[in-house]
Amino acid sequence: MSEHHHKETFVTKYIFSQDHKMISKQFLVTGMFMGIIAVLMSMLFRLQLAWPDTSFTIVEAFLGSHQTNGIMDPDIYLALVTIHGTIMVFFVLTAGLSGTFSNLLIPLQIGARDMASGFLNMISYWLFFLSSVVMVISLFVEAGPASAGWTIYPPLSALPQAIPGSGAGMTLWLVSMAIFIASSLIGALNYIVTVLNLRTKGMHMTRLPLTMWAFFITAIIGVVSFPVLLSAALLLIFDRSFGTSFFLSDIFISGEVLHYQGGSPVLFEHLFWFLGHPEVYIVLLPALGITSEVISTNSRKPIFGYRAMILSIMAIAFLSTIVWGHHMFISGMNPFLGSVFTFTTLLIAIPSAVKAFNYLTTLWKGNLQLNPAMLFSIGLVSTFVTGGLTGLVLGDSALDINIHDTYFVVAHFHLVMGVSAIFGMYAGVYHWFPKMYGRMMNKALGYWHFWITIICAYGVFWPMHFIGLAGLPRRYYTNTEFPMFDDLADINVVITLFALVGGVAQLIFLANFFISMYRGPKATQNPWKSNTLEWTTPVEHIHGNWPGKIPEVHRWAYDYSKRVDPDDDDSDFLHGEDFVLQTTPLLEGEEPS
Amino acid sequence: MLALFYIFIGVAIGVSFWQITRIMNLRSVIADDHDNDKQGKYFLAFTVFFYAMMIYCLLAMNVLMLPESASIEGEHDDNLFDITFWLIGIVQFIMQFLIFYFTYKYRGRKDRKAKFFADSHQLEIIWTIIPAAVLVVLIGYGLWQWNEVMDLSEEKDAVVIEVYSQQFRWDARYAGEDNTLGLGNVNYIDIDKLNTMGVDMTDPNAQDDKQVTELVLPKGRKVHFKFRSQDVLHSAYMPHFRAQMNCVPGMVTEFGFTPKYTTEEMRLNPEVMDKTNAINKIRKAKGEDPYEFDYLLLCNKICGQAHFNMQMKITVLEQDEYDKWIAARPTLAEVIKK
Repeated sequence: MSEHHHKETFVTKYIFSQDHKMISKQFLVTGMFMGIIAVLMSMLFRLQLAWPDTSFTIVEAFLGSHQTNGIMDPDIYLALVTIHGTIMVFFVLTAGLSGTFSNLLIPLQIGARDMASGFLNMISYWLFFLSSVVMVISLFVEAGPASAGWTIYPPLSALPQAIPGSGAGMTLWLVSMAIFIASSLIGALNYIVTVLNLRTKGMHMTRLPLTMWAFFITAIIGVVSFPVLLSAALLLIFDRSFGTSFFLSDIFISGEVLHYQGGSPVLFEHLFWFLGHPEVYIVLLPALGITSEVISTNSRKPIFGYRAMILSIMAIAFLSTIVWGHHMFISGMNPFLGSVFTFTTLLIAIPSAVKAFNYLTTLWKGNLQLNPAMLFSIGLVSTFVTGGLTGLVLGDSALDINIHDTYFVVAHFHLVMGVSAIFGMYAGVYHWFPKMYGRMMNKALGYWHFWITIICAYGVFWPMHFIGLAGLPRRYYTNTEFPMFDDLADINVVITLFALVGGVAQLIFLANFFISMYRGPKATQNPWKSNTLEWTTPVEHIHGNWPGKIPEVHRWAYDYSKRVDPDDDDSDFLHGEDFVLQTTPLLEGEEPS
Repeated sequence: MLALFYIFIGVAIGVSFWQITRIMNLRSVIADDHDNDKQGKYFLAFTVFFYAMMIYCLLAMNVLMLPESASIEGEHDDNLFDITFWLIGIVQFIMQFLIFYFTYKYRGRKDRKAKFFADSHQLEIIWTIIPAAVLVVLIGYGLWQWNEVMDLSEEKDAVVIEVYSQQFRWDARYAGEDNTLGLGNVNYIDIDKLNTMGVDMTDPNAQDDKQVTELVLPKGRKVHFKFRSQDVLHSAYMPHFRAQMNCVPGMVTEFGFTPKYTTEEMRLNPEVMDKTNAINKIRKAKGEDPYEFDYLLLCNKICGQAHFNMQMKITVLEQDEYDKWIAARPTLAEVIKK
């Protein structure tokens, strides 16, 4: 059925496409577009933090009525950090990362002709597109976009009297997120069903590449937690527009007592973080999955501890749904709950440590092919360790008291989920670009991109830990009102310089991406000499992925450098080369790994 | 000057564009031995940069850190922090070195064969158990300290103070002679009658309460804070005391600590003096007034436009000075108009 090519118009091929490969590209390009907006925003507010009283032409150009003489207003500063967070977490690292690579890789790596439902897959993208459009529109409403922080805690997010961004901007934010969640749920259900039902013959769950495990578990966490955020958003819409009091109570503002009675903002915090924390892993697990694949391929070694990796992913996923309270140690909830959440939170360190050690062991005695994708994966392991370790400080309720909501937190989560996930995403793009566009990306530009980015990432976030430990709260428009922070001003300048260079350096990637798309050298079928099924498909995209029958799978995905004599490292490769496609049948007497 | 700047940017863009098109003409796309060798060495160089940066920050930024805890309860926080920080510091230094060094050492060569090493139960068990064992210690100490700090039930002698937040200011109310706060609710707010904190003036406990705009605490006595907010979430952050609690409209939250040093004593603390001197050097260069150390309460939960300047001074005095100070404050019964 699928071998036969039906006629495609421009619209069915490039716009309302139901082909997972095209949809994945749509997700990627939309995600990149949103990413550019979010990075630009971060550069603007970094300017403000480094040189608070200085006039900037660029601020004047971008912020219109929200600035005076090139100095941004405090409200728009808060809006910028809010939208930066929202776009990065949801639009870039959830949809852009998971949407792109789940769509591209799930059918290709499990041996399916397409997603279980191509139609729903298309709907999932177009809902994401719609939510992006609404979010972008919200940037242009008169009173400014949502500015209550990406966590949109009420009452600040519920009352336009409290902050101008909580008017139309917040309404659009909520609408956009509701659509986004619908998109994300449809996508996730599709991924789960596809992985469970459409695996090709021989592709047992225990033979799935770790990317598949990561995307599969990510989708499950999404299905479990995103509906809770949707309900929180809906209840907040009710409070804002229909006079209910789910989250509001006893409020006196602008000279009057409001009618709200009996609600609690802490309830909102619970609902928000029930998604908000698993969201960290929705962002991170796909990046770790990509890294597992890229590191193994480029090390020419099996990933170390395949089963332990699966178990860690599962343990992380399970624990991630019972740790949300560590964002709320000082929210006023019962201190006993704080104890429980400290316990569960610190437990996550164990599977995370296992993963880090396993990556390290995979590198050990490998034959590392240092392609750009590999560099970004190694970078991910590094930032994941750096950011993960400070989690031991923040997850401990007693220590969290004094660093909660300081720049220490900002540094921690940017490294562990922001930079790490972005690195995973870049690794994925460099690695699978030939699969997406049939061409190769430029290597030299990839190297430049990596080195500038990692130096800047550490240059931004390493010193940031220390200004946090000095007690500097986040989300301050300026620190000049506190003489006690005067000695941190220089560090803020340094951070901003690194941020600006790092931000501009992403142009190297964009140039590489778009030029390679049209002018890059044609890709070969299996450029990285990888084992997985996607490299058995033809370079040119066709509907249904494989021209003939779907290949059958005979082994796991990691038979790199398998030897004739397993105990002798000097013996010859069993199959003549240092990689063995999953479709290669076992030789007579060959032990499955 | 500005024109020169724009010309410079224009030239930079032009050069990068030219370079990029030149690089894009290179057709080699997969790392070969030459690339592996070069990138591997870059990782070695990066290791040097990375460790230099880590060590420089650790040493140079030590003076910027908060001084030792000014509350008795916070001592264990500092202790636990030191233990945790040493621990993660050691792991960080070892792990990062191994990541970068392995990348350098095992950089690919045509004649190299990777070791086929897929699994080892022993290793997996080792690096599950070691982190678990370490965590038992951290969790144990952490939970013990958390319970100590959060337990406010036992102190009878505690000074009860309500900290009251609104966009964008702090107020405080002392419980007075009876050490019991009168009831409060936003419905009692009457700006004209100066009842700005919404205190129920029919409540007998409220009569002797005292409202102030700056916190003054007695040294060596437990202070029992109760927090209220009248509009949005705020967070009362008192970093020098290792204390923080959110202020939530519609509910009363609590926190407590015992001040250990008076403001005067703290100003003579060597760490504080170093920091103050460093700050004053910067301020002098900018022609600003010198800074004198004070304890502060900062808002640490995004609360709107002037969130960045929502602060209240805290002064810690000896008990007898404190007694004089509090005696001189008027009671609510005297202040609030009938």
